[in-house]
Amino acid sequence: MLRPEILSALQAAVGEEWCLTSKADLVAYSYDATPLYQRLPDAVVLPRTTEEVAAVMRVAHEHRIPVHTRGAGTNLAAGTVPAEGGIVLSLNRMNKILEIDQENLTATAEAGVITADLHKAVEAVGLFYPPDPGSMTSSTLGGNVMESAGGLRGLKYGVTKDYVMGLTAVTADGRIFRAGGKNVKDVAGYDLVKLICGSEGTLCIVTEVTLKLLPIPETKRTALAAFPDMEAAARAVSKIIAARIIPCTLEFMDNGTIRAVEEYVGLGLPTDAAALLLIQQDGPASVCDADIARIAEICRQEGATNVEHASDPAEQDRLMQARRWALSALARRKPTTILEDATVPRSQIAPMVAQIQRIAEKYRLDICTFGHAGDGNLHPTCMTDERNKEELERVEQAFAEIFAAALELGGTITGEHGVGEAKSPYLEWKVGPVGIELMKNIKKAFDPHHILNPGKLFAGETRKRVVVRQ
Amino acid sequence: MKVQISEDLVLNCMRCGFCLPACPTYREKQVESASPRGRIALMRAVMEDKLDILDIADPLDACLGCRACEPACPAGVTYGAILEQGRAQLAEVRPLPGVVRWAYRWLLGTPGGIKFSAWALWLYQKLHLSSLVRRLNLVEKIGGKGLADMEKVIPPVASPAQRAARKPAYPAVGARRYRVAFFLGCLSDIVFFETNQNAIDVLTRLGCDVELPAGQGCCGAVHSHAGEHAMAVEQAKRNIAAFEAGGYDFIVSTAGGCGAALREYDKLLADDPDWADRARAFSARCRDFSELVEQLGPVPMGEMPGTYTYQDSCHLRNVQKVAAPPRNLLKALPGARFVELPEADRCCGAAGTYMITQALMSDRILDDKSEKVRETGASTLVVANTPCHLEMLEGIQRAGLADQVQVRHIADVVAEAVRKAAPAGEEA
Ligand SMILES: Cc1cc2nc3c(=O)[nH]c(=O)nc-3n(C[C@H](O)[C@H](O)[C@H](O)COP(=O)(O)OP(=O)(O)OC[C@H]3O[C@@H](n4cnc5c(N)ncnc54)[C@H](O)[C@@H]3O)c2cc1C
Ligand code: SF4
Ligand code: SF4
Repeated sequence: MLRPEILSALQAAVGEEWCLTSKADLVAYSYDATPLYQRLPDAVVLPRTTEEVAAVMRVAHEHRIPVHTRGAGTNLAAGTVPAEGGIVLSLNRMNKILEIDQENLTATAEAGVITADLHKAVEAVGLFYPPDPGSMTSSTLGGNVMESAGGLRGLKYGVTKDYVMGLTAVTADGRIFRAGGKNVKDVAGYDLVKLICGSEGTLCIVTEVTLKLLPIPETKRTALAAFPDMEAAARAVSKIIAARIIPCTLEFMDNGTIRAVEEYVGLGLPTDAAALLLIQQDGPASVCDADIARIAEICRQEGATNVEHASDPAEQDRLMQARRWALSALARRKPTTILEDATVPRSQIAPMVAQIQRIAEKYRLDICTFGHAGDGNLHPTCMTDERNKEELERVEQAFAEIFAAALELGGTITGEHGVGEAKSPYLEWKVGPVGIELMKNIKKAFDPHHILNPGKLFAGETRKRVVVRQ
Repeated sequence: MKVQISEDLVLNCMRCGFCLPACPTYREKQVESASPRGRIALMRAVMEDKLDILDIADPLDACLGCRACEPACPAGVTYGAILEQGRAQLAEVRPLPGVVRWAYRWLLGTPGGIKFSAWALWLYQKLHLSSLVRRLNLVEKIGGKGLADMEKVIPPVASPAQRAARKPAYPAVGARRYRVAFFLGCLSDIVFFETNQNAIDVLTRLGCDVELPAGQGCCGAVHSHAGEHAMAVEQAKRNIAAFEAGGYDFIVSTAGGCGAALREYDKLLADDPDWADRARAFSARCRDFSELVEQLGPVPMGEMPGTYTYQDSCHLRNVQKVAAPPRNLLKALPGARFVELPEADRCCGAAGTYMITQALMSDRILDDKSEKVRETGASTLVVANTPCHLEMLEGIQRAGLADQVQVRHIADVVAEAVRKAAPAGEEA
C-alpha cells in the first residue's frame, strides 16, 4: 500500500483515471507471459507523455519506490513482474507513431506502439522494419528495445538493437534525456543507445525511439525440407551459409514439434523426419529464385528426403504454416508451456539439439525444440503442468542443465528473451564475476537508489553451475 | 446449481497477450483488466480464493462476450466458457433485478412468453404509446439509457394477424433436396418476423422443406450471458426436445448469436449423461442461413444495384466460424458492388444485452463502427444477427447516416434478389 500523499502525487502526475489501485487492477498487473511468476504491485500508473513519465519518476525517486516498466507484458523472463511491489508503469497508452522520415529512412514512435502497427505504417510507404518477434502483434517497441527482441528475419537482418538509432528516455530521478538520433555515424561519447538496448527496464525508461528503416524487399521465395537426421539438417544449414547465401529466414523444427503440429493441424508433414528446415529468401525475384534453387539443391545433397519450394504467395503461406503453428500445437498439449531460448553458435546446433534430447530423457520431460537454426537461437519448449510440483523441480533442473550445455558449446543462456528475474540465477555463468561487477557499476551510475526494476538481472544468489556430462 | 470456474480451463492461458489487440474493450479502455488475458487472470484469482467474485464484477460486466479473443489465441483457450462460469458465480451473489429475471424466465424463456411479447410490442406501437412514453422518458427511467436508445430504433413489428397466417411448414419449390427445421428465436422473431419469413422463402426455393417445429423457444444465450446457467440449460433441453423428433437434415437460424448458442448445446450439456448425446446430435445439424444457402447454391438472383458492405456478427464469426458465406453471397449480387468494411470482425457494441447494460462503452464502440461504415461509402450495411441489426440501426441514426445507409439482414437482401430473379415463386 502506498501512503495517501504518495498516491495523490501520482494522481497529480497522470490524472486520477490513470492511477489504478483496486484489488482487481493490481492482480491484472501482477504477471507477464512468464509461467509461475506473479506478485502484486501497490499501484499501476499509465502515463500518456514523456513529461508524465518524468513526473511519476520524480515522485518515485523522492519516496524510493520501485518502478517496474511494462509494455505489453509479453516477455518470458518475468521482466515486468513487480518483484518488490511498488509501481507498475504501463506505457501502452503512449502509442503514437510520430514520424516516418522517408529521406533519412527512419521512424520515430512512442514506446508503447505495437510492433506490428509500425510494420503496417512503414510498409504502407514502401519501407521495411525487419525485427519481427513472434509476439509482434501485441508486443511494444519499448519492450522490444529493452529485450533487444529478435525474430524470424534475424539471420539476415539482425535484431532490434541493430535498428535503434536514437531514443528519448527518463532517468531514475525523473530527468528527460535523448541519446543518439538520425545520424548514421555518431561516435560522440559512449554509445548509450546500445547500452540501453536490452537493459530490461533497469537503467531508464524509454519513452520514444527512432528506428532505422530499409527499402522493402521486392519479393520472397520459400522452401521446406525434411531430413532423416539432425546432423544432416545442421550440415545443410552450414553449407547454405558456406555457399555465400544468407536467407532471411532459416527455421528449424525437431521431430517432437513436427509430430505435435501434424497432430494438431494435419498439414501432411513427414512425421518420421528428424528435422524440418523452413527457408525463406527475400530480394529481387531473380536473386530469390536462384538462391532458393541452390538451397533446395544443397538440402538434397545433404540427404533431405523431401524438398518443396514455392514462389506463389499462397503456396509459400502453406509452407510457412508448419512453423507458424509450432507454438500453438505445443501449447495445447499441456496446461503450462515453458518456452526457453538457449542459444549456440550456428555450427553447434546439432550437438545442442542432441543435448536437449538427452536432458529431456534424463529428467523424463516432454521437451520439443524449434527455433532459428540460422542464428543458433533454439526454443526448447517444455510442456508441463504447474500443479505438478515434483515435475516442476525436474523442469528447473533440466533447464539449468540445458543452459550449462549451451555455455559449454560456446553459447548463451538467452538469445532474445532476456534475463529478467527468471534467468538471473544463471547470468553469472555467462558473464563471469567481472562481468557482473561491471554491470552492477553501470546500474549504479544510472540508478543509484535501485528503484528501476529491482530484482531483475542480478540474482540474490547465483545457482550452482551444473556439470554437463558429454 | 453452483457453477465453479474451471481450473483446467484457466490454466490453459499462458498469458502471452496475443488476444489483447483483438479485444474491443481493451482497445477502448487500454487497461489490462479490460482485456481477455486480464479477465482470465482475475477469474483465476477468484478460483484461487485470492479475490472475491464481487471484486471483479466491473471487468466481467464490461466484457462484450464477443469472443474475438478466441480465434486470436494460440493456446486454444475457451474464453467463452470461462466467462460464463465467472458470470454464473457472479449471478449467485449479485442476482439480476427481479423484474429482469422474470422477463428472462417468462417473456423470453417460454414459447408463450415470446408470443405474448410480440403481441405486446405490436400493441404498444399500434397505440402510439411510444410517443407518450418518450415524452415522459419512461423507458430511460425504468431501463436506462441503453434500453431507451434501443426502443427508438425498433422498426414496426408484424401484427398478430400476420403471425397467425404463418404456417407450421413450407414445402420445397420443385424437387425436395433437404428437410430443414427453422429456429425462429425470441427477439429475432418478435422484431424481425419478416426476416425469418424471407429466409424461409429462400430456403424453399433452394429445394428445402422448411418446418417450424412447435415447442421451440429462446436459444438461452441471453440467460447464459447473464450467468443464469440453469435457465440456459432449460432452454437448451426444450429446444432439443422440440427438434430431435423430426429427423431433420439441418437446423437453421438467421441470428448469428442464437445459432452460436445452439451449436454449443453439446458443450453446455456435455456433463449431463441423459442429454449429452442428444445435444451433440442437435448441435451437429445446426447451420447459419447464409452458410446453408451458399452450400445449396448457386441461387439465381436479380439486379441489386448499390454498394454493399457487411458487419460480421461476432458469434457467427468467432463461434460458428462463418465469415465467408455472407460475403460471398453479397459479392454474387448482380449489379452490386461489395466493399469490405475495415475491421468488420470487430464487435459493433451490441453484444446481446450489453448495449442496454453497458450503454456508455457500447456507444463508444458503436460510434467508431459507424464512422468506418461512412468511410466505405456503402448504401447498404448488411448484418447477420438481431442485436447487431438493432445496434447498427441506432448507430447509423446517431451518425446522421440514416438517409444514406440502409441496414438490412442478409436474408432480406438475398430474398429480394431471389424474388427479382423469379417472382413467380412468390407464393411459395
Ligand atoms: C508467444 C511468444 C512469442 C515470442 N516470440 C519472441 C520472438 O520471436 N523473439 C523475441 O525476441 N521475443 C519473443 N517473445 C518475448 C517478448 O514478446 C519480447 O521480449 C518482447 O520484446 C516484449 O515486449 P513487451 O512490449 O511485451 O515488453 P514487456 O514484456 O512489457 O517488457 C519487457 C521488458 O522491458 C521492460 N520495458 C518495457 N518497456 C519499457 C520501456 N519503454 N522502458 C523501459 N523498460 C521497458 C520491462 O520492464 C521488461 O523488463 C515472445 C513471447 C511470447 C509470449
Ligand atoms: S491469447 Fe490465449 S493464451 Fe494468450 S493471453 Fe490470451 S487467452 Fe491467454
Ligand atoms: S469476449 Fe470480446 S470483449 Fe470479452 S475479452 Fe474477449 S475479445 Fe474482449
